[in-house]
Amino acid sequence: MSAPIIEIDGITKSFGSFKVLDGLSMKVMPGEKLALIGPSGSGKTTILRILMTLERIDGGHIHVEGEQLYHVTRGDDLVPADERHLAKMRQKIGMVFQLFNLFPHKSVIDNVTLAPMLTKGVARAAAEKRAMELLDMVGMADKAKSMPSQLSGGQKQRVAIARALALSPKIMLFDEVTSALDPELVEEVLNVMRRLAEETDMTMLLVTHEMGFAHDFADRVLFFDRGRIVEEGKPDDIFRHPKQERTQTFLRKIIAAGHRV
Amino acid sequence: MDNWSGYLGLILQGAVVTVQLTLMGSALALVMAFLAGLGRLSRFFAVRAIATAYIEFFRGTSIFVQLFWAYFVLPFMGISLTPLQAGVLALGLNVGAYGAEVVRGAIQSIGKEQYEACVALNLGRWQCMRHIILPQALLLMLPTFGNNAIELLKATAVVSLISLADMTFQAQVVRAQTGNTLIPFATILVLYFLMALCISWAVRGLERRMARGLDGVRAT
Repeated sequence: MSAPIIEIDGITKSFGSFKVLDGLSMKVMPGEKLALIGPSGSGKTTILRILMTLERIDGGHIHVEGEQLYHVTRGDDLVPADERHLAKMRQKIGMVFQLFNLFPHKSVIDNVTLAPMLTKGVARAAAEKRAMELLDMVGMADKAKSMPSQLSGGQKQRVAIARALALSPKIMLFDEVTSALDPELVEEVLNVMRRLAEETDMTMLLVTHEMGFAHDFADRVLFFDRGRIVEEGKPDDIFRHPKQERTQTFLRKIIAAGHRV
Repeated sequence: MDNWSGYLGLILQGAVVTVQLTLMGSALALVMAFLAGLGRLSRFFAVRAIATAYIEFFRGTSIFVQLFWAYFVLPFMGISLTPLQAGVLALGLNVGAYGAEVVRGAIQSIGKEQYEACVALNLGRWQCMRHIILPQALLLMLPTFGNNAIELLKATAVVSLISLADMTFQAQVVRAQTGNTLIPFATILVLYFLMALCISWAVRGLERRMARGLDGVRAT
């Protein structure tokens, strides 16, 4: 069996006096599709943001591909990583946000080509060729010249996915990517992600409230509550036969709120 | 007023000086605004302190006094400036201090999510600033920059106090020579107004061009 691509060990993180992550540990295998579910404030989004280096950790260690994410060794000491190390580690990881975070002053194709050109020195022609392939894959090739303001939410999110893919990350983080969308636009984004899951061997971590999608998409489901993983297992086990009472309560509430399982 | 076309010529010569002062002063003000505005947001305390000191000093003291310093006091320190240089320096530094706060405010008003997208795409701090934040912030700065440029135009009249022959200075010359107060001052009133109008139009045009296709920053 190969080594885990992500190893999280005893992470603690507080916002003020609120402990979001309380000694969280987990492992992710290469190519694994993970769904992180749980009530809001349970720490599932925070762990994605920590992996993307958008939040700093208070304690613990994270390894990505066997390398420390937040620490570097200097001599015999483990010291906090500098910006250069973080930039190197970020190359392995991409993220798609709940609110798309497209650059409003750049056209669709410029949104996709900007980072490869600036961070990897890819020539414009090559970057645009790759961008068109990706836009085609997410069904947005005909909007390449549009500005983000001319797109629907679902279209924006598909462009954001193409933009993240343009850097060819090994790990993709999806943070409630359909939560801000009108119901009728959710499916077009989920379809893109289904294809990604089937056609690539990328490791994917997904924070979602779409339980039906999580069930079909994930190899493994983690249920978060109060900064810890309460229960984890195969989608069928978690959704059909949850063992922990907190998982059962959460799923009951979600179903009552009208989400499909 | 038998020789009025000659007097008008004098005032127009002054108008050229006023335009020169406005353009050069605005250019210096723009540079100072970005230097000090970005300086206020620096990671380094020393840079922030210098930028803050500059802004507070030049906003907090009178432009008259600054001009007199540039022209009359600096020579005692071995720096002699021509009236035009002193005028551009005082105007540029003074208005640049106001502009710096505009730059800082506009940059800070760009949402956190744009910075986070930069991090997720692994852009460096400066790449993010240059390609993502500044282009959006610039649009927010423009209207206030237009205000500042008009303020600077009107403030150029103070250089007549260090005997630089700008429009106001020439109007006083004409008044002294003809004894007529209404015509020269009415003339420069109209000319100042037309110049300010030009700045307004230019800035608005620029704003429209930059706002094309943009949302999130501001719908136009």
